[in-house]
Amino acid sequence: MKIAVCIKRVPVMETRFAIAADGTRVDDAGLKYDVNDFDLWAIEAGLQLKEKNNNVGEVVAISLGPDVAQEQIRKALAMGADRGILLQAATTPADGLAVARALAAELKDGGYDLVLFGRIAVDSMNQMTGPMVAELLNLPCVTNVFRLEISGQAGRAERALEGASEVVEFPLPALLTIDDGLNKERLPSLKGIMAAKKKPLEVKPAQLGEARVSVQKMVLPPERAAGRILGDSAAAVPELVRLLQTEAKVL
Amino acid sequence: MANVLVFAEVRSGELRKVALEAVTAARQIADLSGGGSVHAVLAGAAGIGGKADVLAQHGADSVLVLEHAGFAQYNPEALVATLAQRLGNGSYGFAVFSATAQGRDLSPRVAARLGAGLAPDLTGFTVESGQIFGQHFNMNGKTIATLALTGSPALLSVRPAAVQPVVSARPLVTETITSAADPSASRVKVVELKQGNTGKIDLNDAPVVVAGGRGLKAAENFKLCEDLADAFGNAAVGATRAVTDEGWRPHSDQIGQTGRNVSPDLYIAVGISGAIQHLAGMRTAKTIVAINKDKDAPIFRIADYGIVGDVFDVMPALTAAVKAARAQG
Repeated sequence: MKIAVCIKRVPVMETRFAIAADGTRVDDAGLKYDVNDFDLWAIEAGLQLKEKNNNVGEVVAISLGPDVAQEQIRKALAMGADRGILLQAATTPADGLAVARALAAELKDGGYDLVLFGRIAVDSMNQMTGPMVAELLNLPCVTNVFRLEISGQAGRAERALEGASEVVEFPLPALLTIDDGLNKERLPSLKGIMAAKKKPLEVKPAQLGEARVSVQKMVLPPERAAGRILGDSAAAVPELVRLLQTEAKVL
Repeated sequence: MANVLVFAEVRSGELRKVALEAVTAARQIADLSGGGSVHAVLAGAAGIGGKADVLAQHGADSVLVLEHAGFAQYNPEALVATLAQRLGNGSYGFAVFSATAQGRDLSPRVAARLGAGLAPDLTGFTVESGQIFGQHFNMNGKTIATLALTGSPALLSVRPAAVQPVVSARPLVTETITSAADPSASRVKVVELKQGNTGKIDLNDAPVVVAGGRGLKAAENFKLCEDLADAFGNAAVGATRAVTDEGWRPHSDQIGQTGRNVSPDLYIAVGISGAIQHLAGMRTAKTIVAINKDKDAPIFRIADYGIVGDVFDVMPALTAAVKAARAQG
């Protein structure tokens, strides 16, 4: 089984962001980067499928990003992916379709049985590139997958909805976006990290499509006014209920 | 002037509240862009057309009814084909989807088929000289971007609860449409819909959310949250990721970056410390109440009202007080 996993280099979110001088992006000074969480679960899904398949096949980690995104591809290789491809782009467009076109061009003739994405990239929060690639390649597509079985050329997945889920059947080749809950990603072992250094990583320019979406402005959300501590026990409940009725008017 | 196509989301043969929000958003965009028409797509099994009236009540000038047994369950491939064909006929300036699992599955695929721009998960929007600008959270909810869309049609999805449904009644006009692709020939087939919390109000629809965290210590203690939700009568119970990872609550109840975004009128955080991943999913609630025994918990920095106390002491008292207040009011 040949599996492509599309991953993204994103800032580590446990930080206090500042807005860059141009007012349309976050200031990247001092930011740390990692593989997008959801993409780690997609990598893990790919590795587990290959392992279940008696390790026959290949897991290819593909990323679109700046040259330094090779670090994130190396992490995927250290986890166990076989090789990597970086589609080099100095900046990633805000329009997911521009990104999807570049990824689709790379995936098109790759002969992949499965293409896996994380459900959402936590930086752009676009949640669109995966299904767009599926459409561009005319692949069956299942998003938000948190349960997955593949047998032969048929797949069965469960996808998360708001307060419900859907069980979906699909044929391979297919494109899936992986949600939280499918697995926990493995940590790269020392041996894996050493092996990753020798695995092939191809770097080539991304063929980005035209962008129809742009970021005009970026701001930090208004701080919520500091709240009031009403007490330290059930004795504060009457005051809370009074405020919910008279001030917040929600009761 | 631009016409707006809006996809009205259905689950189990019923329109969801988000459908009314999307139609309201479409009405607003049509009016802001100089008074175009709103066409709502309503797809389902035979008989779904009977739900069209509520869409007209919320501002749809025309309801495009697509009835086929193949739409009894969500049928993305046939819907993408039908929506893309309709939007490709040149008569629409905009298309509106709900930023739900279904809308966020469909809209990118329609956009890709058309080569159109898509602004996702908007919490607000403006239309200036026919161009749409939308507010979209990014960076895990820590920044807000204003996205500009060019090209026609421009597609957008609206975050649940970001737009309140507004009645703007039109006479009911329906048009029967057919699927652009054979609905029974789709490669991807939904074989089962598993309803969570059957009969209970959905987290995204609930005006009040009572959410529990690790501070509740065990699955059975969520009864404290359920009792408070029952006292409100219009509340749903949610949970943090720590809780769903423990298996105390189903994954579908998780609020936060890896779960669901909610914007209720009142959010009550019970034994929740307030990790940023959780705050990302609830910080837009109108009023936030936090009950936690740790006075330094980050949740208190965004809560309007806090009680630094033991949830096992505070919750029964709060439930009783809410019951009493509702009995009076």
